[in-house]
Amino acid sequence: MLRYLTLFVAFCIPLSAHAADETELQAIHEQIRQLELRLQQAETKVAHAPEHEHSEAGANAFNPAVSLILSGTYGRIGENPDIPASGFAMSPNNHGYSRSFSLKESELGISASIDPQFSGVATIALAPEGGSSVENAFVQTTALGNGLNLKMGRYFSALGYLNEQHAHAWDFIDQPLVYRTFWDNQLSDDGLQLKWLAPTDTFVELGAELGRGRGYPGTDRQDSNGAGAETLFVHVGDDIGISSSWRAGFSLHQTHQVNAISNNVPDLAATAGGVSDSFTGDSKTSGVDFVWKYAPDGNTTVTNFKLQGEYFQRTQNGSLTYNLAAPVTDSYRVTQSGWYVQGVYQFMPNWRTGVRYDQLSSGNAEVGTTNAANVISNYAYTPTRYTLMFDYSPSEFSRLRLQLAQDKSRADLVDNQIFLQYVMSLGAHGAHQF
Amino acid sequence: MHTMLKMLAVFLLTALALPAQAALNIFACEPEWGALAQELAGDKASIYTATTALQDPHHVQARPSLIARARRAQLVVCTGAELEIGWLPLILHESANPVIAADRPGYFEAAHYVQMLEVPSRLDRADGDVHAAGNPHIQLDARNYLPIAQALAARLSELDPANAGFYSNRLQAFSQSWQAALKRWEIQAAPLRGQPVLVQHRAYPYLEAWLGLKQVAELEAKPGMEPSAAHLAQVLSQLQQQPARMVIRAAYQDEKPSEWIAQRAHINAVSLPFSVGGTAAAKDLYGLFDDTIARLLAGLK
Repeated sequence: MLRYLTLFVAFCIPLSAHAADETELQAIHEQIRQLELRLQQAETKVAHAPEHEHSEAGANAFNPAVSLILSGTYGRIGENPDIPASGFAMSPNNHGYSRSFSLKESELGISASIDPQFSGVATIALAPEGGSSVENAFVQTTALGNGLNLKMGRYFSALGYLNEQHAHAWDFIDQPLVYRTFWDNQLSDDGLQLKWLAPTDTFVELGAELGRGRGYPGTDRQDSNGAGAETLFVHVGDDIGISSSWRAGFSLHQTHQVNAISNNVPDLAATAGGVSDSFTGDSKTSGVDFVWKYAPDGNTTVTNFKLQGEYFQRTQNGSLTYNLAAPVTDSYRVTQSGWYVQGVYQFMPNWRTGVRYDQLSSGNAEVGTTNAANVISNYAYTPTRYTLMFDYSPSEFSRLRLQLAQDKSRADLVDNQIFLQYVMSLGAHGAHQF
Repeated sequence: MHTMLKMLAVFLLTALALPAQAALNIFACEPEWGALAQELAGDKASIYTATTALQDPHHVQARPSLIARARRAQLVVCTGAELEIGWLPLILHESANPVIAADRPGYFEAAHYVQMLEVPSRLDRADGDVHAAGNPHIQLDARNYLPIAQALAARLSELDPANAGFYSNRLQAFSQSWQAALKRWEIQAAPLRGQPVLVQHRAYPYLEAWLGLKQVAELEAKPGMEPSAAHLAQVLSQLQQQPARMVIRAAYQDEKPSEWIAQRAHINAVSLPFSVGGTAAAKDLYGLFDDTIARLLAGLK
């Protein structure tokens, strides 16, 4: 195009140069030289700017990348899963189990760049019984630079290791007990998250979140203009040689619970069906997490191994109202903890097996004297669970799984569980998160 | 106190000044592009290669180390054509380094500068792991390095204009010696022309187009799907009508399917370096093709 233009101009110039004296000719030569120079520059520019020539439809040109996760299970459970882990009646017990065949949440994901400054992500969970909920809906900066990333909206907190991973990426069909009881499976909040990546060869990431305190242990206060929950986290990671890589983290979370009501809480009077209690006070949690991945020569396709574990400890300090039917309020302070460790081994292409061990500690509560005869301060039981998993993934978009578990999280109840599951994704290619 | 402050200021200034003086920071997704950048930039660049030839470039994870290395990169050099779709976008975002964003000069995709093969006419995951932009394994046609080197040298000059003359000299030297090597390889590889071969993964259209190898079948029923016993048996029976001289796989691939078929069909299983570092002999780009051709010729025997 430009070449033709130059030629055309070059032809035109002599035509108009009817009175070709020396100076005019020189001027023409200069003009041609200039044009040639500009052509050359334009040609190099074209060579530099590839994207526009071959239009690579990034995610369908301007359309967002769309993905859909489909999942279903068959479950065989011995005992009633709604009975909470001993000592954790005041914590969530969102197990997600159901007997026989059942559809799990279908997850619709939509993401795209918004403009040169922002990108956006929305994940809509479609409940099997109908209805939908906004699982994630956030915008994030793409051009802040200096290692800074800001996220705004509803997101999974980046504390711990598993918290940010969506259900379809889990290695087991359920979350570890410590996640179920401490974070209602996954801490999700509405707010701001700022992360900073240090300019070092070792991965060092610092982050802070300010949120509404929407997800447990927060109580979604609507009477306050301030932040309802604060989170701090640091992640460090690197490779060890060519075959191993690791990441470790430390997290802090705090929120204030207001009238957090729990039903069916056992009491010292052994009231049938328990009582309803209400807690108001501070909740402070700290946690450590690590993951280590190994693959011969760093090649994960044939065999690979992943070892991960997390530990959380939470102190709740405030006042407890015992039995809302006949309320008695006094101080209450308890420190609970929980951890899990799991290993997943891909022993041949497409096939993996994994084991997980879970443990919780319900702690020894300091109960105010007026409630000393009402509230159980020590359950004298350590909830545990062993889980074994096999899965087969014909491609990176599909997975079939068998999971066996022995759940001893409830005193005097040993539940042997069997689950079969499929998890598949269609649409946009998911990210290979570490 | 005053001297302390002065020392601190001097230290800070040197720390700030250092990156400006230091070499161009390059993050290469695959070893072949790291090697090419090395040929063109010499000591003017500090190059980090994210993967090795023993790793399947489709299945890399966005490891913390990769995110950390991308944080300070001034140029990422990758294949493109969706080869790195599972991990590179995540690294680009998590590294929070807009210098290497996909629309910036700090982002270089080699696949833009060559003629893509096997561009699918329909996009359906039922066809396996197909890439909308075409087969991404462009690094096995040695001729592709000439246009890519030219574009990469131009990009280096754009990012580091002070050394533009240096890069252009290196490009000239590289192009000359590469052209000489191409002649040598094409003569060496003449016996391979028209030879029927089996491939484990659909990774060799560029190599086949260059050397004239004739692909008879693939061990993967669909690209990216592990070879199944049923499909291998089918390939084996197909070989009775349509014999092949050898079965080819990349150094990072499981040797079992190739070995299984090689034993039964009485042909050679050939493991190719696939990229720089895939074998001991493939030390640089020249070694990559010297060794690839030597191994293919040995496979004929």
